[in-house]
Amino acid sequence: MKREGLAIRAISNMALIFLAVCCIVPFLSVISSSLTEESYLTRYGYNLLPKKFDFSAYKLLFTNGNTLRNAYMVTAFVTAAGTVGSIVVSAQFAYTLSRREFMLSKFLSLYLFITMLFSGGMVPWYILITRYLHLKDSLFALIIPCLVSSWNIFLLKSHFKAVPEEVIEAARIDGANEFYIFYGIVFPIAKGGIATVAIFIMLTFWNDWYNNMLFITSPEKYSLQYMLQSLLLKVETLQIAQSSLGADVGEIPKNSIRMATCVAAAGPMVFVFSFFQKYFVKGITVGSIK
Amino acid sequence: MIQKNKNITPVRKKKKLITMQMQFLLLALPAVILIFVFNYLPMSGIVIAFKNFKFSRGIFGSEWVGLENFKFFFKSSDAFRVIRNTLTYNFCFIVADMIFPVAFAIFLSNIRKKFAVKGYQTAIFLPYFLSWVVISYMTLSFFDYNSGMFNMILQKCGKAPVSWYSETKYWPFIFIIFHVWKNIGYKTLVYYASILGIDTSIYEAAKTDGCSDFRSIFHITVPMIRGTIIMLAILQVGSIFRADFGLFYQLSQNSGALINVSDVVDTYIFRTLMVTGNTSVSAAVGVVQSVVGLILVLLTNYIVGRIDSDSTLF
Repeated sequence: MKREGLAIRAISNMALIFLAVCCIVPFLSVISSSLTEESYLTRYGYNLLPKKFDFSAYKLLFTNGNTLRNAYMVTAFVTAAGTVGSIVVSAQFAYTLSRREFMLSKFLSLYLFITMLFSGGMVPWYILITRYLHLKDSLFALIIPCLVSSWNIFLLKSHFKAVPEEVIEAARIDGANEFYIFYGIVFPIAKGGIATVAIFIMLTFWNDWYNNMLFITSPEKYSLQYMLQSLLLKVETLQIAQSSLGADVGEIPKNSIRMATCVAAAGPMVFVFSFFQKYFVKGITVGSIK
Repeated sequence: MIQKNKNITPVRKKKKLITMQMQFLLLALPAVILIFVFNYLPMSGIVIAFKNFKFSRGIFGSEWVGLENFKFFFKSSDAFRVIRNTLTYNFCFIVADMIFPVAFAIFLSNIRKKFAVKGYQTAIFLPYFLSWVVISYMTLSFFDYNSGMFNMILQKCGKAPVSWYSETKYWPFIFIIFHVWKNIGYKTLVYYASILGIDTSIYEAAKTDGCSDFRSIFHITVPMIRGTIIMLAILQVGSIFRADFGLFYQLSQNSGALINVSDVVDTYIFRTLMVTGNTSVSAAVGVVQSVVGLILVLLTNYIVGRIDSDSTLF
């Protein structure tokens, strides 16, 4: 019996180590390629460990690459405005859904639920935003259409339901209005739950490239992810980036610059998110219990 | 005095009730408007699918063509390819997402040391934080023709390099592997949480009855998390006609040579709208996608309800 338990644990460990390695290796290849001298990359290819350390790609990127700086600003703005806006709008709505005293709460829950079942598709949505709301090539097109997500609202609703009824009743008897009850009492009590949702929203905004591809045309409005994408798929973007680095196309380290941009785009968030993993874990486990 | 109070209270109460309802409504209003504009208005845009839409004429000015757009799609050679790819990939994803995350959640539940559990979790969670764009750079470092790692290894072994981005036969596997790779941390965690929720006294009881650790995995753990497995599977079956756009678009570098294995409903809709500019056909395919999705969700939910009424979504 005991030996069996030991064997199971050994197998589990081996399997998990294998998976963990599989998950980390691609990170290594990108990071080490960004740190390798270009001529080594051309000769020996990408590698898991840098053959010859060289920081020139990063130096070029950070000293005179205003393309990257622009993209960072765009992403930071969209992520910050999007997350705050989305939390305010969704949390207010989720709170009203969670209160039975609100006569429309059942109706509005259905109103939201229907959007989970059926949609008009991408095309009418795209035409609405570009032709009727005139948001083409505007950063607002990356924020406003993505503020409300039904899944997040249902998650928030379950967090607000957990707030004790008596607290809200007591405040109401004291004459507090609903805005005060929500922002002064319920929001602070549920802030742990709100944080878990906020971090998912943040991740979605940070990683978005799809809406960029649909709506954004001018290069100075490219977000990090979209800049990265066009660095690979569109030769022109690379040339623009290179000319902004003040050098000829020929002498710029093409591959290591690409990989360095990739690290710059993914790095901060991977770092932040592994740091806040606790909240992710909470968010996911709450969601799974519904 | 008493009579006066009796007369005032109901009126005041009613007034208070109305202000409360109005305040609730004000809190809800921004979201209600946004949902109306970005979810309900586009539903009326479905008419685009039945018209020959011209941007200059707008939705209402465009000419009515009935089912022509649907006919155009279903008669084209793209239809078979797109539908086949979408359904097959999603079917494989559902099966893979059932097997691997459940297995790894069970592995994880066997680990006793807390720091080891945390370490494994952090590592397998990393890919989840990445966008498909970043992942496409990672795959490029493997599959690039000139300097990709795989071709370097092949050359070292004296074999001819493979032009990965134009060979269709490898890509179904690559798509499935990277789908699992990106999502495994998330899904494993969901299953792991529900394994932790199992009452440990069941295991102890089984042990005293002589059930081995190995058997209790299949006779206790798996049956106990069945509800979670079914729920996640329904969600996936409900969206079997939707594809993860990023996976197929970014990983393949949008390579034309791979279109036979990388073209799915969502990439088709995108391409017909943004590249070919055939808005109405694109909208028509979107409508098909939405309707099929709706039917599938209702159907799977109904079937699951018949089998196991606790596991339904609604």
